[in-house]
Amino acid sequence: MALLELKNVTKYYAGPTPALAGVSFTVKEGEFVSVIGPSGAGKSTLLRCINRMIEVTGGEILFGDLAVSKLKRRDLRKLRTGIGMIFQHYNLVDRLTVIENVLHGRLGYKSTLAGVLGLYSREEKMQAFNIIKILGLGEQVYQRCDQLSGGQKQRVGIARALVQNPKMILCDEPIASLDPNASKIIMDYLKKIANGMGITLICNLHQVNVALAYSDRIIGINKGKVVYDGPPGKLTADLTSEIYGTESGELIVDWGERYAS
Amino acid sequence: MQADIFTRRRNGGLLFFTLLTVLTTGSIVITRYDVLKGFTSIFRAFAWGAANFYPDAGAMTKLPDILLKLKETVLMSVASTTVAAIFAMFLALAGSSTTGLCSLSGIITRGVASIFRNIPLVAWAMVLMLAFSQSELTGYLALFFGSLGFLTRAFIETIDEVSNKPVEALQATGASYFQVVFQAVLPAGMPQLSSWLLFMVDTNIRDATLVGLLTGTGIGFSFDLYYKSMNFHAASLVVILIVITVIVVEMISNYVRRVIM
Ligand SMILES: Nc1ncnc2c1ncn2[C@@H]1O[C@H](COP(=O)(O)OP(=O)(O)OP(=O)(O)O)[C@@H](O)[C@H]1O
Ligand SMILES: [Mg+2]
Repeated sequence: MALLELKNVTKYYAGPTPALAGVSFTVKEGEFVSVIGPSGAGKSTLLRCINRMIEVTGGEILFGDLAVSKLKRRDLRKLRTGIGMIFQHYNLVDRLTVIENVLHGRLGYKSTLAGVLGLYSREEKMQAFNIIKILGLGEQVYQRCDQLSGGQKQRVGIARALVQNPKMILCDEPIASLDPNASKIIMDYLKKIANGMGITLICNLHQVNVALAYSDRIIGINKGKVVYDGPPGKLTADLTSEIYGTESGELIVDWGERYAS
Repeated sequence: MQADIFTRRRNGGLLFFTLLTVLTTGSIVITRYDVLKGFTSIFRAFAWGAANFYPDAGAMTKLPDILLKLKETVLMSVASTTVAAIFAMFLALAGSSTTGLCSLSGIITRGVASIFRNIPLVAWAMVLMLAFSQSELTGYLALFFGSLGFLTRAFIETIDEVSNKPVEALQATGASYFQVVFQAVLPAGMPQLSSWLLFMVDTNIRDATLVGLLTGTGIGFSFDLYYKSMNFHAASLVVILIVITVIVVEMISNYVRRVIM
């Protein structure tokens, strides 16, 4: 069943060149989709159009049976509540503790006053604790986030997304600021989330080998256009250099050492 | 090309120093300022100060009066600063690009803030004196408006700097505006925001003395009074107490800063 459908989505910022030029694709429930492409291709823009952190200029986005661009403010909040988001720079409130940051994922479900005062129910706290433990941060629950390593911060980010009980999680370069070791841990968790929990994942990546190793499907974009959409197995070296523009393909992917997983 | 840049730098430097010399000598000639006499009179001033400008037993009898005025001045500064901070917070939220309502509100608040900030305190006091004559209210409002402009600007910069990432994350979870403000903006910005507030209290206590000279209130007025009635011993006591107050306030605010980091 299609969970997300993009129809001919375009986005113009100021200026005549589009950041997205007629992007169309559908994503099934539980699919792990990686979006790859050179810097400035429009990957972040694409991701943010899906939960309307950025307004599209044209086209249509359907999430389930909701037309995303037509939602009023209250319904937009509800839509976002069902979609988690993970960022390259984690986007945590560094001065707050791990548990406080994770519970932020519940704000969309709460009344404004309860959210402002940070009043969370017992069940919400229990759920947050469980997720934190599953992500291996059991000992850091009450630690301030500025004392964590990058990999730990990103796991807090994942926990915050999971506590939303989302149908889908959007990841904008989740491992771009991490070393290979921490990257592997994060990608393994994301894989588990997609395959084990049935949560749809759309993941911007700039390491092609990581995308090849982990995703069910790869979408390659260049200059705001989809230039590849298919399984990792069919992504040849030629197609990769087409996505990244000529020649740079070999620099980005080392075909000799595909990510071991 | 490169040599060109170096000669341009050198010519620029030459021009700057020539202008500086012309301005300095020009103003000395026009005002008939005797440079030598200016310097020698500094030493004579010190000698006079050592002979007359110290608190004696008579000055000590004025101590309760002076302390009362000092308390008045300090409390007025604290009150005007904190009230200004509350208003500045609302303006800053509307003016910041992360939490602002629209780009127009940003332009307007920034404009208002920089007008308020760029009117010197003394000018505020003079203008307000026309409306409220010499009274407590004049001093209070002068400090209030000056602080409002400065704090709005400082708060806007703080909010933009510390919270745009967590704000994005919380908006993406479906959190409402006030939830975002109370769960991300305020916790993330708290150390810097209160640091600016303490700095402003500090400056305002110093400035309140000067404003008091103009508006005939508080500790500034005490000084004026004793000085003009040639009671230099009492006037010196006022100065010493002001210096002590400023140092103590500075120590307190440094301590508070360390604790809230
Ligand atoms: N807020 C903005 N205002 C104007 N132009 C923007 C804005 N954000 C992005 N762009 C432009 O849109 C295009 C796509 O940007 P986007 O950030 O989506 O690329 P990206 O694929 O995520 O790149 P990267 O891999 O470097 O993160 C770029 O040309 C960029 O300059
Ligand atoms: Mg990007």
